[in-house]
Amino acid sequence: MAAIATLKDLYETLSPGLPGAGAAGLDRLRADGYARFLADGIPTPKVEGWKYTNLRDLAGVSLAPAQPAANTDIDLPSVAPGETHRLVFVDGRFNAALSAVGTLPQGVTLDSLRGLIEASPAYAAEVLDRFPAPKSDTGLRVGPNPGRGQALGLVGLNGAFLAEGAVLTVGEGVKLAQPVEFVFIATATDGAWHPRLLIDVAAGGEVTVAEHHVARGGGATFANIVSGVRVGEGAILRHAKFQEEAETALHLASVTATVAASATYETFVLTTGGRLARTDVQVRLEGSGAQTRVSGTYGVDGSRHADFTSLIDHVAANCTSREVVKGVIDGRGRAVFQGKIIVRPDAQKTDGHQLNRALLLSDTAEIDAKPELEIYADDVKCSHGATAGELDEEALFYLRARGIPADTARALLIAAFLDEVAEEIGDERLRGHAMARIQERIGRLTGITVDTDATVLGE
Amino acid sequence: MLEIKNLHATVDGKEILKGINLTINPGEVHAIMGPNGSGKSTLSYVLSGRDGYEVTEGSVTFQGKDLLAMEAEERAAEGVFLAFQYPVEIPGVSNTTFLKTALNAVRKHKGLPELDAMQFLKLIRAKAKALNMNDDMIKRAVNVGFSGGEKKRNDILQMAMLEPSFAILDETDSGLDIDALKLVADGVNSLRSPERSMLVITHYQRLLSYIVPDHVHVLAYGRIVRSGGKELALELEAKGYAEFGSPEAA
Ligand SMILES: Nc1ncnc2c1ncn2[C@@H]1O[C@H](COP(=O)(O)OP(=O)(O)O)[C@@H](O)[C@H]1O
Ligand SMILES: [Mg+2]
Repeated sequence: MAAIATLKDLYETLSPGLPGAGAAGLDRLRADGYARFLADGIPTPKVEGWKYTNLRDLAGVSLAPAQPAANTDIDLPSVAPGETHRLVFVDGRFNAALSAVGTLPQGVTLDSLRGLIEASPAYAAEVLDRFPAPKSDTGLRVGPNPGRGQALGLVGLNGAFLAEGAVLTVGEGVKLAQPVEFVFIATATDGAWHPRLLIDVAAGGEVTVAEHHVARGGGATFANIVSGVRVGEGAILRHAKFQEEAETALHLASVTATVAASATYETFVLTTGGRLARTDVQVRLEGSGAQTRVSGTYGVDGSRHADFTSLIDHVAANCTSREVVKGVIDGRGRAVFQGKIIVRPDAQKTDGHQLNRALLLSDTAEIDAKPELEIYADDVKCSHGATAGELDEEALFYLRARGIPADTARALLIAAFLDEVAEEIGDERLRGHAMARIQERIGRLTGITVDTDATVLGE
Repeated sequence: MLEIKNLHATVDGKEILKGINLTINPGEVHAIMGPNGSGKSTLSYVLSGRDGYEVTEGSVTFQGKDLLAMEAEERAAEGVFLAFQYPVEIPGVSNTTFLKTALNAVRKHKGLPELDAMQFLKLIRAKAKALNMNDDMIKRAVNVGFSGGEKKRNDILQMAMLEPSFAILDETDSGLDIDALKLVADGVNSLRSPERSMLVITHYQRLLSYIVPDHVHVLAYGRIVRSGGKELALELEAKGYAEFGSPEAA
């Protein structure tokens, strides 16, 4: 990571040119972000939550804004091609020409953050302030903890350069038929972007959001994403992120969601790109009967690193959380799973389950799993499980004994292992896309394209 | 068809097969009987190419080729089939995907065109019907949630689909009630032909009254200690295996 001094220059050079510079609200947000970054810095392994993902060896990553490559034809990923409301960002910068917002129902807004700021910095600042910020103090435990309060440097960095991103608001009772997509395309050889993604679904609203991060020629880029999510009473948000950037890219993301009474927040994260990719999901179940489903899958090989960190915070009673994360690790790849469930004293009748399973395909593959339950209420049902293992030798032999070549048999078993995660996804368009992307990744991992039930049954 | 000569095999350094000799001609059905732990399943795994079974001596020639030099999948593609004593559950892989992948791999090996989805489904439905298996069973994950009998039928379905030239049935009768046994035996008998040979491993004579063997062998402590015609099975049923000694003697 570039030296702080360089960053200071960068901040001082870039700030005056950012949209809304000089407007009180935005200046304050950026200054706060910058101050937070200076205070916390880049997280080190001493910081709670960053023990297994070391950013130290990322020195040299350019923090300068990415410069898009000459704009060739860019094919855009989509969960429902032609049938989505879409905002596109090329190397972090909003691209109106590639975007297609389409006709939104009454009560729904979908804007690029840059557009919103340019239209009204004051309103944009007000919107930004509305969203929950990630908290570094993730537990209720008291006592000395040297790492506490130092995990927000990256969020600060995002705030310092606040300019790009997306804001989706869904009004009370409005149900969007078409998914909304945020598409991030990396074309630059290096450089950084710091988007802010905000989703606000008012009471009774319903929407599906797909977030894509893909490379179209992109290289050692750095995406530092901060998302804020609010799900109002009885609302439903189905959210999926497909992180498929270049193998040299760096991707760090933090999502903070609050879920009101009887509301549902589903989030799925696919991590198959990047030399280092981390998604940090915090969900706060704030109203009685709120639900969340957190699922994720990753595939890492080479010497790449994927980190899925989550905190599910049961604040209110009668809430349900279910988390399933499964991944495949090959070569010298390394994966990290950290999952914490907090059940606060008032959160009686909590139902919280967490499952983490890793499939290790080589002797040098590595998983660090840290499931944690912090329970302060007595009438709760909570469980967690973590397993790591190899492919089932018996199953492998059974398949081979029927004439299936060993590599195909392996690919079939890997696909079977990961398909289970896709089944966690409630929205069928998100699920279909997830399955297709998982198959594609297995194809690259094993060199084999396996039949799926869909192709076999012609469905 | 199959010629086993002086076959010795070890598992985890322990010798289990201690010099098996057996010749099976095209169209013949041979039965192997013997006490528990005598090496029957070991023989079936050695023939089908399972990892971890080391052949220390001897040879196996299958249709003129060195069977032991082939990988498991190659043996299957060449026409060797093992119906497992304990069919394996494979969560997440449906029977249809499994069998289509297997059948097309075998067809490819034989130089035949692969079947498309329509052709495949038509074929599997017809074969499944004969074994009294419904659509639900063929679409479910391989053997997951299947009863013991259903698993055995599923293995026979796989055999019917792959049409091997040499099939080993390892205690396919165990865990079957009489109706299921008849179904399975009918399935097996319908595959009997002058070109197809079978090795039927069983503990009980019962199966052999449905699948009538040409030859019966007794495997005890890693060796074939006696061979005879189908009447040998009846004799064994009456007398048991006591006369074939103990492991210490072997
Ligand atoms: N994986 C193994 N490791 C060690 N010993 C084994 C293994 N599998 C089988 N054996 C031993 O080999 C012998 C033969 O077993 P098996 O072939 O299963 O007999 P059968 O099928 O005739 O009952 C038994 O003594 C059994 O304990
Ligand atoms: Mg046995």
